[in-house]
Amino acid sequence: MMEFNNTRYKKRKLFNQVAMSLSMATVVIALFFLSWILFTLFSNGFEYLSTAVFTESTPPPGGTGGLSNAIFGSLLMVLFATLIGTPIGILAGTYLAEYGKSGWLAPTTRFINDILLSAPSIVIGLFVYEIAVHQFGHFSGWAGSIALSLIVIPVVVRTTENMMLLVPNALREAAAALGAPYWKVTTIVVYRSAKAGILTGLLLAIARISGETAPLLFTALNNQFWNTDMAKPMASLAVVIYQFALSPYDDWQQLAWAGALIITLFVLGLNILARTVFRQEQVQR
Amino acid sequence: MTTETLQSKIKTNNLDFYYGKFHALKNVNLDIPASKVTAFIGPSGCGKSTLLRTFNRMYELYPKQRVEGEILLDGNDIHDKGQDINLLRAKVGMVFQKPTPFPMSIYDNIAFGVKLYESLSKRDMDDRVEWALKKAALWSEVKDKLNQSGSSLSGGQQQRLCIARCVAVKPNVLLLDEPCSALDPISTARVEELIHELKKDYTIVIVTHNMQQAARVSDYTAYMYLGELIEFNNTNDIFIKPNDKRTEDYITGRIS
Repeated sequence: MMEFNNTRYKKRKLFNQVAMSLSMATVVIALFFLSWILFTLFSNGFEYLSTAVFTESTPPPGGTGGLSNAIFGSLLMVLFATLIGTPIGILAGTYLAEYGKSGWLAPTTRFINDILLSAPSIVIGLFVYEIAVHQFGHFSGWAGSIALSLIVIPVVVRTTENMMLLVPNALREAAAALGAPYWKVTTIVVYRSAKAGILTGLLLAIARISGETAPLLFTALNNQFWNTDMAKPMASLAVVIYQFALSPYDDWQQLAWAGALIITLFVLGLNILARTVFRQEQVQR
Repeated sequence: MTTETLQSKIKTNNLDFYYGKFHALKNVNLDIPASKVTAFIGPSGCGKSTLLRTFNRMYELYPKQRVEGEILLDGNDIHDKGQDINLLRAKVGMVFQKPTPFPMSIYDNIAFGVKLYESLSKRDMDDRVEWALKKAALWSEVKDKLNQSGSSLSGGQQQRLCIARCVAVKPNVLLLDEPCSALDPISTARVEELIHELKKDYTIVIVTHNMQQAARVSDYTAYMYLGELIEFNNTNDIFIKPNDKRTEDYITGRIS
């Protein structure tokens, strides 16, 4: 038999151990800071969380109050941003995956979408400030929703396209072979196969905009009072946290902790939901 | 040779096919008889699947693939401007190499194609689904679970579901693209029996890698090599006394 324990093998084994320990070390570093952040957030957040946080509006300095107007404003603006962004994103993604096989339009759209995907959100805030706030002369919830929808669109476009491309061509061919026109192939067969993936992308997009501050700072601004009118300036959790956390007042800072906890739990919930949706669909296949 | 007069179902005249710049079919002239089983055999990459996919213009899903020459279905050019591509595909059904159940129930898998061209009452649709599943010899296995997902079936059952789905639309030609290559021998035998059963009502064209299968199921066989149609004759003659040296080499195993 050949000598197995030769130097080449030893060297390779050593190299493997070094690489393994390095990657373990990086995982430990990443997890350490993540758990530190979460621990600080949870210990402070839960301490200041109370029913008043959900029932009362943001207080003036020194007064008592909660975050109800900010929570409601966030939900409303995220809702409208999703309603605006989802159809545009899904339709554009469908075009890229199914119809843009030749020509210049699809590659150009894909390229611009990639730029939009990585655009700093403050740029989007400034853009909407210029086209909506500046034109109408005041901040508004609608402007906030538009800014957030501009963040939703590229995420949804990208995931929709990728998820539809994962659907095997054999399935499209099988549907087309029965005499189905292409739009039916797409809407009935391809959408059904890709729906879990598309839904997951949508949930992640919602999670992404839930914590956005910069685009709202320039568009919806803030509102100290309970407001359901999207045409007026509107409070949001992210902007209130930003304002309160930087303030010198203790009670404001405490509310900021509670707000940060609420956003984190909301995003965490969305992520878990997205994973379950995706996993269930995988099991079914 | 046969004495009966054969009616032509599909006829190709000087057919060429290109994948981009690659010349995949070279001047193919073929006359496929109606209500018979015709097999395409030949080594991998010889163009047999490509030829099959021209008959329902499936290649048109891909922008870089194109065809030159003429294909006549019952004497009508299928590339004619007046020919609706979806109606053509409803008339010329196709079953693929791998089973492709749609992500829906067994019932809906079959109803999908039927609904495209017919509006049946619930009762008539039930009858049609049952009829198609019986044609595909699958009814007894699935009649109690029509609402289950099509992908919950075994591979062989899925393939028969695809055949049922295809038959349900009532095409008059069935194109089978290596329908048994992903199946075990028992499922393969069932599909072959099925082909035998179906040829009463349909013109069947089957692409196969398996020469024994071609010999078992087909009445006519076309041997293809490097994009050319080398020889076309009734199956017995092809296997017992091929005219062309290349056909002989292939069926005796000298080209694989």
